[in-house]
Amino acid sequence: MTRMVTAPADAPAAPDTRPSRAPAGRGWSRTTVETRVLGVLRWVVIAGLAIFTLFPFYYMVLLSVRDLSSLLQDPGRLWPLLSELTVGTYREVLTPTESGGQGFVRLMANSGLIALGTVAVTLVFAVLGSYALARLRFPGRRKVGVLFLAVYLFPSILLAVPLFVFLTRLGLRGALGPLVLVYVSQTIAVAVYTLRNYFQTVPASIEEAAAVDGASRFTIMRRITLPLAMPAILSNGLFVFMIAWNEFLFALLFLVEDRSRWTVSLGLSQLAGSIEIPTTVLMAGSVILTLPIVVLFFATERLLTGGLTAGAEKG
Amino acid sequence: MTGAPARSPRRRSRDRDPATSGRGTLRWREARTGLALISPTVVLVLVLVVLPILWTVVLAFQDLRLIRLRTAGLFGDYTVENFVDVFGSPGFWQALVTTLVYAGCGTAASVGLGLVAALAMRRPFRGRTFVRASLLLPYVAPVVAATFVWGVMLNPQFGIVNEVGTGLLGWDEPIAFLSERPTALVTVIVFEMWRSFPFAFLFLTARLQAAPATLEEAAQVDGATPTQVFRHIVWPQLLPTIAVLALLRFIWTFNNFDDIYLLTGGGAGTEVISVRVFDFLVSRGDIGAASAQALVLATVLIVLVTVYHRFAAKDEVA
Repeated sequence: MTRMVTAPADAPAAPDTRPSRAPAGRGWSRTTVETRVLGVLRWVVIAGLAIFTLFPFYYMVLLSVRDLSSLLQDPGRLWPLLSELTVGTYREVLTPTESGGQGFVRLMANSGLIALGTVAVTLVFAVLGSYALARLRFPGRRKVGVLFLAVYLFPSILLAVPLFVFLTRLGLRGALGPLVLVYVSQTIAVAVYTLRNYFQTVPASIEEAAAVDGASRFTIMRRITLPLAMPAILSNGLFVFMIAWNEFLFALLFLVEDRSRWTVSLGLSQLAGSIEIPTTVLMAGSVILTLPIVVLFFATERLLTGGLTAGAEKG
Repeated sequence: MTGAPARSPRRRSRDRDPATSGRGTLRWREARTGLALISPTVVLVLVLVVLPILWTVVLAFQDLRLIRLRTAGLFGDYTVENFVDVFGSPGFWQALVTTLVYAGCGTAASVGLGLVAALAMRRPFRGRTFVRASLLLPYVAPVVAATFVWGVMLNPQFGIVNEVGTGLLGWDEPIAFLSERPTALVTVIVFEMWRSFPFAFLFLTARLQAAPATLEEAAQVDGATPTQVFRHIVWPQLLPTIAVLALLRFIWTFNNFDDIYLLTGGGAGTEVISVRVFDFLVSRGDIGAASAQALVLATVLIVLVTVYHRFAAKDEVA
């Protein structure tokens, strides 16, 4: 029965099989027309969306492997000729500045270090905090939940002024440690939020059973709760890594003065205005900035979208 | 029988009123553990988020310049001059209008496209998982790389868009997408749509998956056409999600700094308040005025967050 009813939407030829109550009969009922039109429209939309979203990425890769002079001669061509293919752009962008390149290896190391530091600190804080929010009753729990929601929604530009003033005053602008802490403050709320949601789905009875068997709270967390929550913790770590790797505003505010401390994002944005560096070389830089994120994303897409939609049932 | 002693006090403590449970009970120990586990996070958030925001209020009432920062006293000498200056300048009101237009149109465009995408991709087809994941790329890609490649694509000299426009679509001359009014504002809104629609797409897809198929099947049996099914069955179910999404996106777009700063630098009629805050802070070194304008953003935000909290997160923050 279910099959029969859903069939018309799938196949245009289906009206014959529909129950007799529907206004079928003539070959061009409104349902048939709509089904056919929507059936075509659907593929148009999917194709259009795919081109709209993916073309900039394709263009990025394309320009990064094309030779600059042939690009300027024929900017409209959408595929590279074998004769003009080059990896010289990547060589130039990766070569250290002392040897005449753009030194992106150094920038990648900075970005990686900052991102990993942010992940480590965020996860330690967030696992403890979210476990407490999900499992333990303590005074002020509700208020803490509201606080994190507010922090999650508060954007970074509002923190830019006071943190900039504060770190300038202390002479700590340019130090990586404070920047990692600032990043943690940006990611901790969303990490606590999603991890708490996950902990709430782990049945408390498992922990209670362990408690009955005499396990302490610490043992329960280490032996039972953490292993069960590992997928969520992992996806959170990846999510935090992406945020920290992509971050721009605070890197711009704190690290801009010293090139040796630039992150990849900051480096690309600073060099983008320069006329001396060819666009194709900077495109290679963009690919280097984007590739780790794309690889991480596709490798863990299932985990990540699960984590991203963990809050989706809000509404 | 090792379990019995552990279980019975626990059950008792649950039934008892928290106020009457004394030290040493499980209930008391639970509260103590909870506070110990949450406090590092709370302290971090207080020091790095809440205190700075409160300090912004203080800064907004001071006449503080970046150059004199090292020597100036950080408290005292309060003045309302910053607010007088900010509210008295036409640039501020213009930026506020631009911010509202940008946030409003950006939100509508990204949620709208997200809805279209979610509906088009609803029924399974070969390779759907891959296409779905690909559509999320703009949202996860680094903003600096995305703005850079858009800038090159829209470049009037050798950008592909102008190349196609003049070559195939018959434009008379290349369009300076990012440096002309009002094209620049439209461009940053389209960019916002490109970058943020995956967020709406993801949430609406999840919501559609949760919608019971029986309702739509019943309507089809009764002879409803596909558009009628959407209008009367699917749309009402999606509406609460769309409302929450629109509010969230509006909050984030309203305060968005990165995209506009990187695309246009705030030029050609795209100066939004967040870019203005940054300019006053870094380029002009006028900390007081920057703080005052940040406070305006914060005020709007507090109103919106309160709405969100009332509206969507009632049972979420229990």
